[in-house]
Amino acid sequence: MAVQEIIAGAAAASVRVESLEKRFGRFTAVDRVSFATEPGEIFGFLGPNGAGKSTTIRILCGLLRPTAGKAVVAGFDVATQAEEVRQNIGYMSQKFSLYNTLQVVENLRFFAGMYSVPRALAEARIREAVAMAGLAGHEHDLTATLAGGWKQRLALGCSILHRPKVLFLDEPTSGVDPISRRQFWDLIHEMAGGGVTVFVSTHYMDEAEYCNRLALMNRGALVALGTPNELKRHLMKGALLLIKCEPLGTALEVLQHNPAVMEAAVFGEGLHVTVQDATAAGAWLPGYLAEHGVECMRLQPIPLSLEDVFVQLTGGRIHQGGESAS
Amino acid sequence: MAEASGDSIKAEGLVKRFAGVPAVDDLSFSVRRGEIFGLVGPDGAGKTTTMRILAGVMSPDAGTASVAGFDVVRDPEAVKNHISYMPQRFGLYEDLTVDENIRFYADLFGVAARDREEHAARLLEAARMAEFRQRLAGNLSGGMKQKLGLACALVHHPQVLLLDEPTTGVDPVSRREFWQILYSLLAENVTIVISTAYLDEAERCTRLALLFKGRSLLCDTPERLKAQMPGATLMVVSPQPREVRERLSGAEGISNVVLVGDGVHLVVDDAPRRCAEAKQMLTAAGIPFDEIAESEPSIEDLFVAYVQGQG
Repeated sequence: MAVQEIIAGAAAASVRVESLEKRFGRFTAVDRVSFATEPGEIFGFLGPNGAGKSTTIRILCGLLRPTAGKAVVAGFDVATQAEEVRQNIGYMSQKFSLYNTLQVVENLRFFAGMYSVPRALAEARIREAVAMAGLAGHEHDLTATLAGGWKQRLALGCSILHRPKVLFLDEPTSGVDPISRRQFWDLIHEMAGGGVTVFVSTHYMDEAEYCNRLALMNRGALVALGTPNELKRHLMKGALLLIKCEPLGTALEVLQHNPAVMEAAVFGEGLHVTVQDATAAGAWLPGYLAEHGVECMRLQPIPLSLEDVFVQLTGGRIHQGGESAS
Repeated sequence: MAEASGDSIKAEGLVKRFAGVPAVDDLSFSVRRGEIFGLVGPDGAGKTTTMRILAGVMSPDAGTASVAGFDVVRDPEAVKNHISYMPQRFGLYEDLTVDENIRFYADLFGVAARDREEHAARLLEAARMAEFRQRLAGNLSGGMKQKLGLACALVHHPQVLLLDEPTTGVDPVSRREFWQILYSLLAENVTIVISTAYLDEAERCTRLALLFKGRSLLCDTPERLKAQMPGATLMVVSPQPREVRERLSGAEGISNVVLVGDGVHLVVDDAPRRCAEAKQMLTAAGIPFDEIAESEPSIEDLFVAYVQGQG
C-alpha cells in the first residue's frame, strides 16, 4: 500500500511548543503558548481572525522567529534550525498553488524538484503519491480539468513527496463536496496512523470534528485544549435547548431579556437558547413564554456543538479593538 | 404573478451552459416572502451562476425566473431596482471609512439623506460595528468586511437580498453575528437567498435546496430534509478509532463508516439493533470504546446518502 511507504520513517514526528511568544512592536500576537503534539496525532488549531493562529503556524514552519520561548518541530528548533524544520514539514492550503496549466504528473515533478527530492527517488514517490491520491490513470490529465476533491488530493500528494514528518493543512477541504471530503480525511487519518503529525488550522467546525485533539486560541493565548468531545462536554457552561414557538420574534426578545437565559438566538425555524439548567428551564420556560403570548410547540435539550464552544470561549472579546486585519 | 402566490422568487427549468458544460441544469425552486432560502452545495454545484441569473446580471440559456415580480430576462433593470446582490467579491472601497462606504452606497441607490443616517446607524449597531465607523474598510478583518458589505447592501431597503457565499473564510463568531443580522431582517419581510458551501450552515436556513452538479437534489426545510435520511447515524467514541473502523466496515446493516477525531461515525439501517451488535463486535474483538449512541444525522450525512444512493 502506497500510504504505508509514504509514512515510513515518520515515527519521530512531533511538535513541542513552550511558552512561545511573538510580539510585533507593542502588540503581542502570541502570548506564552505551550502545547505538544504526539506522532500520529491530527491536531486542530482553531481561533478567530487575529487570534495568533497564523503567526504561530509561521513560527512552527520556520518562517518567523519567536520573540521568546521555544518551539521544536520534527526534532528541530525553529529558532536555530529553521532550514532543517522546513525540510521536514509539508504545507498545503485551500488556496494551494497547483499549476493549472500543467498535467497532474508535471505538478508532482515540479514539487519534487522544489522540495529537493533526490532524482533517484522522485519517480517512485510520484507513483506512490498518484496511487495514494486515487489519481491513477489520470497522470496526464490537465490539472485545470480536475474536480475540486481531486485537486485537493493532488495538492496533498504534492505536499508529501519529501516525506515530511509534520504536515500543516490550512482549511484543506473547504468547498469540497462531502464525499470527496470524507475520502480526503480518510487519507489523512491513514497518514497519521503511520506516525505523521497533522496540524490542521481551520474556521470550519466540521473540519475540526475530524481532529483527534483541538487547541483554541483567542487574542494570542491558548484558551482550550482537548478532544472534540472533551471540549463539548466539559468546557461549556450551561445547556442548549431547541425551542420551536410562535411568534419567534416576540419569543426572542422576551428570552433575551430574561436573566436566567445566557443566550438566545434564532436558528433556522426555531431558537437556540442557552440556560444554566436544562431540566429546570424545561419546567418554567413554556409557561413563561405563554405569559408573553408565545405558544411553545417544542422544547428539547440538544447537544452542544463545537461552534457553541468556540463562540462561548472567544465571543465578544474579539470586538474590543486591537483586531488585526490578517 | 409571483406576488399573488406569496412567492418572491420563482425559478423554473433554469439552464446555463459554459462551453457546452451545464453549470445549472434544469433547476427549479421558489422562495416565499420572508424566507431565508439556502442554495447549499460544494464548489461547482451552480450556486454562483444561479445567483447571477436571479440578480439579472446573466441570462439563462433556458428556463425562466421572476424576482420580486419581475422577469429576470425581459426586465433585468426592474429586478436590479428591487433587490440587493452581494457577490463573493463585494465592492468595498478599502481607502474609505466604514461610514463613507455606507454613504457611497446610499448615494448610488438614491437613498434620501434624511432616512439614511438613522438607518445606517441601526445597521451598524446590529452588525456590532458602531465603534468602527471611522475605520478604513481596508483595515477591517474578513468577518467585519462581510458585515459592512451586508450593511451597504441593505442601505436602500431592498425587498430581496441575494448573498453569494458571504461567510466563506469568516470565523464562527462573525459568522454567527452575520446570521443574526439576517434573522433580524425577517421581521421586515425581506426575502433572502444565501449560498454556502458549508453544509452545517444549511441548518440555519428556513428552507434550502441542496445542489450538486447544477441540479437540486432535495429542497425542503432542514428538519424535513433530515427526516428523509435513509437509516440512522451512530457515534462510537473510542481511543482506537482506526481499529473500530476496521472491525465495523462491511458489517451487515452498516453502510458508511467515517473516522472522526475521537471516534467513528456510522450510517446504519436500524439504530438500536446495530448499536447492540456493534457493542458486541467491539467487545469480542477487545477494542475499547467509551460510548456508542445514536446521533442526529447532519445535512452532510443526507447529502452523502443521497448522492451515493443515486449511484
